[in-house]
Amino acid sequence: MAVTTLTIDGTPVSARDDQTILDVAREHGIHIPTLCHVPGLSEVGACRLCLVEIAGSPKLQPACLTPATEGLDVTTRSERLDGYRRQIVELLLAERNHVCSVCVANTRCDLQDLAVAMELHHVRYEHQAPAFALDASHDRFVLDHNRCILCTRCVRVCDEIEGAHTWDVMARGGESRIVADMNQPWGASASCTSCGKCVRVCPTGALFEKGTTAGSPRKDRSFLTYLKTARERKLWIR
Amino acid sequence: MRKPRVATVWLGGCSGCHMSLLDMDERLLDLASSIDLVFSPLMDVKAFPEDVDVTLVEGAIANEDHVETIRRVRARTQTLVALGDCAVTGNVTALRNPLGGAAPVLSLVYGTAFDRPDASHIVPRLLDRVLMLRALVRVDLYLPGCPPSADAIHHALTALAAGRAPDLRDRATLG
Repeated sequence: MAVTTLTIDGTPVSARDDQTILDVAREHGIHIPTLCHVPGLSEVGACRLCLVEIAGSPKLQPACLTPATEGLDVTTRSERLDGYRRQIVELLLAERNHVCSVCVANTRCDLQDLAVAMELHHVRYEHQAPAFALDASHDRFVLDHNRCILCTRCVRVCDEIEGAHTWDVMARGGESRIVADMNQPWGASASCTSCGKCVRVCPTGALFEKGTTAGSPRKDRSFLTYLKTARERKLWIR
Repeated sequence: MRKPRVATVWLGGCSGCHMSLLDMDERLLDLASSIDLVFSPLMDVKAFPEDVDVTLVEGAIANEDHVETIRRVRARTQTLVALGDCAVTGNVTALRNPLGGAAPVLSLVYGTAFDRPDASHIVPRLLDRVLMLRALVRVDLYLPGCPPSADAIHHALTALAAGRAPDLRDRATLG
């Protein structure tokens, strides 16, 4: 396996040729914020939070999808990047009804964590307040579109790990939403195995277990890397 | 030196932010000697005074009276603080926004079985859309939280009273 060398934030680092900029940065303790990325699932570059600057390129590139190739000169923090990342979080908070104080994921939410890390104390944009429904037709789980950020973690984990592919995204723009089995009530889905993986990877309060309250523990996502390592390397290690 | 003139205002909120303010416990005594509280729902003053240095505003703008109040408060205040998530984002007070305007919300809450009396001459008319403070007036400081902690309010108030910019890192978050 070839080894490549590149520069991240002025520090020379080495990488395997199958790694992305995000992989290498994390391996070297360089923090790049993400929302749609989950270790163990494919990358989609949906949230754009991991955008980085690459010397010589006018375009910003998502670190999660950009291979760590020889000689790259990557910048992960700058006034421009910080500004865009802040704007992304603000737009996500304004787009649907993210009412942290009454959300089941309050204090255990990846989106809220980002707002805290950015010291985001208010949103510059008008809250859209769309009228979205809540699907509580499943015996054990609830889908609340009001808290969904369309990261597609649930879609990917259901397809790639569980193999059921119950979830998809329908419609466009502000109408986009997660649907089960070609837009059926979740409880009526014939493909859903009720495994709960989608609930565990959901970064916000969009998917939650019935009975979840403000004091419930944080979602544990370590099962994903465990399953992936087991499958790909036949190693059953935690 | 003149003590800083401080006011607190209660718009469309649950009063939880004011409860959190009172939750400063004995620190209130020190505060009381270093500021001049000129207007608050906690005291018996009817009209919002002129020349206020710092005003903490709890709640979102939900009715016509709130619109009038916040404009008056802004005009008479040096530093206006959005106190808590309702003032900052609309929060719980704005939960009704996805349901449509004032009329459908009233029908949803009170039903349509009988005609509601027209009480607009005694009760302020509801706005069709609940607004965060910054939708109508300039806000100088955001103090989020539902409610913001007593520590956060104490820190902000003492800093502002001393003419310093508060440092809200690790003290205030949405939710």
